[in-house]
Parts: sequence; C-alpha cells; structure tokens
Amino acid sequence: MATAALNRTGSIVRKPLVDLLDNRNVLSVICMAPAAILLLTFLTYPLGLGVWLGFTDTKIGRPGFFIGLENYISLFDDSVFWLVVFNTLLYTTVATVLKFGLGLYLALLLNNHLPFKAILRAIILLPWIVPTVLSAIAFWWIYDAQFSILSYMLQKMGLIDQYIDFLGKPNNARASLIAANVWRGIPFVAICLLAGLQTISPSLYEAAALDGATPWQRFRHVTMPMLMPILSIVLTFSVLFTFTDFQLIYAITRGGPVNSTHLMATLAFQRAIPGGQLGEGAAIATAMIPFLVAATLSSYFGLQRRKWQQGESDG
Amino acid sequence: MATVDIRGVHKAFGPTKVIHGVDISIEDEEFVVLVGPSGCGKSTLLRMIAGLEQISDGEIAIGGKVVNDVAPKDRDIAMVFQNYALYPHMTVYDNMAFSLKLRKAEKALIDQRVRQAADILGLNPYLERYPRQLSGGQRQRVAMGRAIVRDPQVFLFDEPLSNLDAKLRVQMRTEIKALHQRLKTTSIYVTHDQVEAMTMADRIVVMHDGIVEQVGSPLELYDNPANTFVAGFIGSPAMNFFQGTLRRNGGIWVEAEDGTKLPAPGNVGGSDGQKVVYGVRPEHLALAGGSSGVPAKVEVVEPTGADTLVFSKIAGVHTCAVFSERHDFRPGQEIKLQPRLDVVHLFDAASGQHL
Repeated sequence: MATAALNRTGSIVRKPLVDLLDNRNVLSVICMAPAAILLLTFLTYPLGLGVWLGFTDTKIGRPGFFIGLENYISLFDDSVFWLVVFNTLLYTTVATVLKFGLGLYLALLLNNHLPFKAILRAIILLPWIVPTVLSAIAFWWIYDAQFSILSYMLQKMGLIDQYIDFLGKPNNARASLIAANVWRGIPFVAICLLAGLQTISPSLYEAAALDGATPWQRFRHVTMPMLMPILSIVLTFSVLFTFTDFQLIYAITRGGPVNSTHLMATLAFQRAIPGGQLGEGAAIATAMIPFLVAATLSSYFGLQRRKWQQGESDG
Repeated sequence: MATVDIRGVHKAFGPTKVIHGVDISIEDEEFVVLVGPSGCGKSTLLRMIAGLEQISDGEIAIGGKVVNDVAPKDRDIAMVFQNYALYPHMTVYDNMAFSLKLRKAEKALIDQRVRQAADILGLNPYLERYPRQLSGGQRQRVAMGRAIVRDPQVFLFDEPLSNLDAKLRVQMRTEIKALHQRLKTTSIYVTHDQVEAMTMADRIVVMHDGIVEQVGSPLELYDNPANTFVAGFIGSPAMNFFQGTLRRNGGIWVEAEDGTKLPAPGNVGGSDGQKVVYGVRPEHLALAGGSSGVPAKVEVVEPTGADTLVFSKIAGVHTCAVFSERHDFRPGQEIKLQPRLDVVHLFDAASGQHL
C-alpha cells in the first residue's frame, strides 16, 4: 500500500477512491459484504426472531410481550412435548441406523463390478430426486387402511388375514414413517459412501489379500478405517436432516394418531400456525437447538482429522 | 525360498489376449527381472503369479506346487506395489506387522520380526509414523519391510522404483540388490527400465506383445541379442540399425539403402543379396582416420562429462556414437566412424532374427 502511494506521487492527480480500494482492509469488507448481508438477512435474522418469539406470548394477529421463560416452563410440564421429544429421538436413531446399515450395504454392492452399473446407480438415486411431498403421498396411499397395496399383497400371499392398520396405531404409524424416511434417505447415504469407497485404492485390497486378510478382515481393517472420515460427515448431515424432518410426517400422518408421530418440527408448526400460538411454537423450535448443537459437536469431534490423515507436519 | 515355474501361460481379458503362451522357469534364490515396454504383459504375468489375476490357460507352480487355484494369501508370496499400497491409517510398525497379526503370530515374534526388518532397512526412527509423514524413499522401504517381515517364498516387485526421483531410484536399486544378496529370497521384478533390469537381474526376461523375446543374463542379452527387438531394447543409448542388403562379393559387407558400404564381420551367416538389418551399438563405433570407416555428418554433440554422445547421419540414418574421450565436433562436420566388427550384429530383415 505504501509503495502504491509512493509510486503515485509522480502522477498529476491522486485518486482517493483508487487508494481506498487498494487498502486491504477496505477491500476485504467490500468483498465480504454480499455474503454477510445474505447470511444476516436470511439466517441470523429469522433465527434471532425465532428465539426472541420463544420468550414472548405472541399470537397470530397480536403482538406479544416478553414473558421470560414462561413458554419453556409450561413446555416442561407438557406431557405432549416430552412425548414428541421421545418420538423425535426414536425416529432419528432408528432411521439413521437403518439408513446407514442399508446404505453401506448398497454402496458396497455398487462398488463391485456389476453389469449396468451406471443405470443401477441412477435407479438408486431416484427416491432422492422425487419431491418429498410426492413420495409422501405415495406412501400415504401405500399405507392406506382400505386400499393399501402392501396389505393387498400380503393378504394375497396368505401372510395376513386382514388389512394392516399402518397409520392408525401408534407403533405401526411410527414404523411406517421410519420406513418412508429410510427409503428417502438411503440414496444420499449410499451415494456418498460409494464416493468414499471409490477413493480407496484397489491396490490396498490386493495388498491386504496378499497379507492374508479374509474378505471380512479386508472390510474391517481397510474399508472401515478408510471410510470413517466421509462416514462421519454423512452421518452428521443425515442426523440433522432426520431430526428436523417435517414434510414426510406432515403429509402422511400430521402427527397422529394421538400425537404418536409428532416430531418437534411438526409440533412447533402445529402449535404456531394452525394453533396460532406463535410464541409457544417458537419455543418448541428453539428447544431443538440444544439437540442439534450436541449432534453437530459430537460429529465435530468425530470429524477432526485423524492422525493418519495429517501431512508431513512433524516430518 | 522356492522355484517358480511358468508353463504355457496365457491370459485374455474377454476377447483381448494379452499373454500368448509364456514359459519361464525361475531357479531358487534367483533374481529375475521381467522387462519390456508398457503393455507387453509383464505386470499381468506378475499379478498372475501373485494370484491377483486368473490364469486363462497354462499353469504356474511355486516350489513345485501348482498354484492356479490357490488363493493369493496361501501362495506364500509377498508383493511390493508400484504405489507401495501402504495402509494410510496404520503406523509403519502396524503396516509391517499387519500380515503377522492376521496370521495370529505371537506378539513377541511379531515385534522381533518387525524390528529386524526395520533394522535392515534403516526404518527404526520411523516406526511410529504414518505413511503420509514419510518421504517417497522411506515409503518404498516400508513396502519392502512389509514383504520382508513375511519371510515369504518369493518376492514380487511391480515397478517399485518408478515413483521415485532419478537419484533415489539408483540408490534404491542398489539397496534392493544388496537385500537380495543378503536374504537370497527368490525374486521376480517387473520394470520397463532396461537399466534397472541390467543392473539388478541374475537373469532378464525380455517381453514384448505378450510373448517372451529372450531370456538370459544381462550380458548375454547385451552381447547376443536374439532379435532386433532385444537388440534395440537392451543397452543405452540404443543400438543403431541400418536397413540394407548383404553382399558377399569383395569381402562381406552390407550395402545400405543409399549405397553406403558398411563393413560386416567375416563369420556372419546369410546369403548374398539377403535383406538384412545391420546393428551396431553406439559404444562400438570408433573414430576412424584416413580412408577406412564410414562417412558420417555430425548433427549434435552432447557432452555428459564422462562420455561424449555424438549424433550424426550415416547412410541417411540418425546414428548415435559414444566416446569416452572428449571431442569437439562442429555440427555439419564430416567425420568417419569405424564399427567394431566383432560386435556388429546382423539380423534378417523379414523375421528380425539374428543371423
């Protein structure tokens, strides 16, 4: 900067604007501004407003007043809220475990030399490409009490006597929704893990085979450790997506029967918009934050570069 | 330690045939180098010995036992890969101990073997490091250490030095040879670099387009190449070739395409008028004075310090000559070069075979 100014001393007119733009600090502020404004407007402001609303008794059509922790205290004594927390944790845990088990299995299958590999991979991606609401409606139809194709097939095969009430009983409804979520979530997991698998050099498997490793040992000692970095990233995202799931639930059961499939996101919406209690809904949504932060933090520590990934730091 | 016998081995990937019947028998304690240009099938052959590729036809025996249907892990061989294939998530120690751990060897034995191998290779200070923290040469050594720890019947090397820089390559070449002299394990080494082959091998197998062109000790191949391919492949700089016709009137000589008279040795086979390829190595061309010698027009002179490489045109063909003494030719200068007759090679032009 100093040199630039020095070079200009010989010129006839100094241009202050050009000098200003040459300033590293000014320039960096200008370059960051668009991103910062976008983030502040569309991320920080809604988040802040949501948290603020949680401390007020705002209702639709009526500005609220600050009421401190009252919303949270009433939620603490609200059995529905605790049922919903349980639902959310159950939904997230079971769906994530299933998505990862099946997704990893699919990824391993697709990593082999299969005929029509490209087409198979495209097919795997389909559930993810279909809009959520569309697939939710399809599942709603599949789970219908009277017209369920699943019940129809099971009955024709002679496995059941009467149609299953998929969405009418609490545990059936939970299992059905988890199945739908797993169906939607598998492609993401499978494709990400497949990408991870393809970064593993085939010669490592050959070396392991020569070293005397059985297929299981090769998976255990080569595939898994090499896949862990990408696995933990995908796991984080998958947990966050599942925990905050809204569309599937709202389109298929709307939280019923008797709140047994309500998740925190759907309950927050339910109380805030149809119920009109904006403050309480915001409080429920805000209550998700600690869970999400915990999930993110645990994966942050899990994600830290493993020692073997580090470069020639102490070399 | 064991012999390795390769009998009538073929390999095809679908309709593409890459190896068309190879027979090699490798003695116990021998260091054999498979050499050839890329795509000649040498790596495929090595991978078939390792069991990483199916054998399409023929059989491979290790220590007298046919291993066609034996899994790689039961063949008692160790392989050093071109990219080393070290497990990135394991320390040097664990990389070397992995195979013994899988075999459920005792901890004390594993420790002893790993430290012994580390001693031999000078890896002791690095045992707790991860592969990423090592230089190329050190990784190369770990890859060899992993093989040594196994104490296998046969070592297989798949172009192990091609990822190293030139200086390190020369150094590791010597180390591998010294290691073999010490351990005496039967070794099969694949490379495309004929200098590596010449310097390391007890015997060289020259491969080309899926067949074996010639098998022999380095100097046998250098002195008596069986055909033009081996003659051109072995030796650096490569042998000079001239197309011509054998003449037996007025002594034995070869008439190059532009009529230049190339002197030929007296004991050579072949009939008068036969189309031949005349081959002479750069180091077998001497500067001639007076009326003897073949006229050559200097094009480029490359002094390397130890030698002087002189590129010139003889009978319209670009020719290389190497002199151990220094010369100061100008481009365009006319000189005369005299081939050493006892080491001139004549090949049949049609078949490429040595006459």
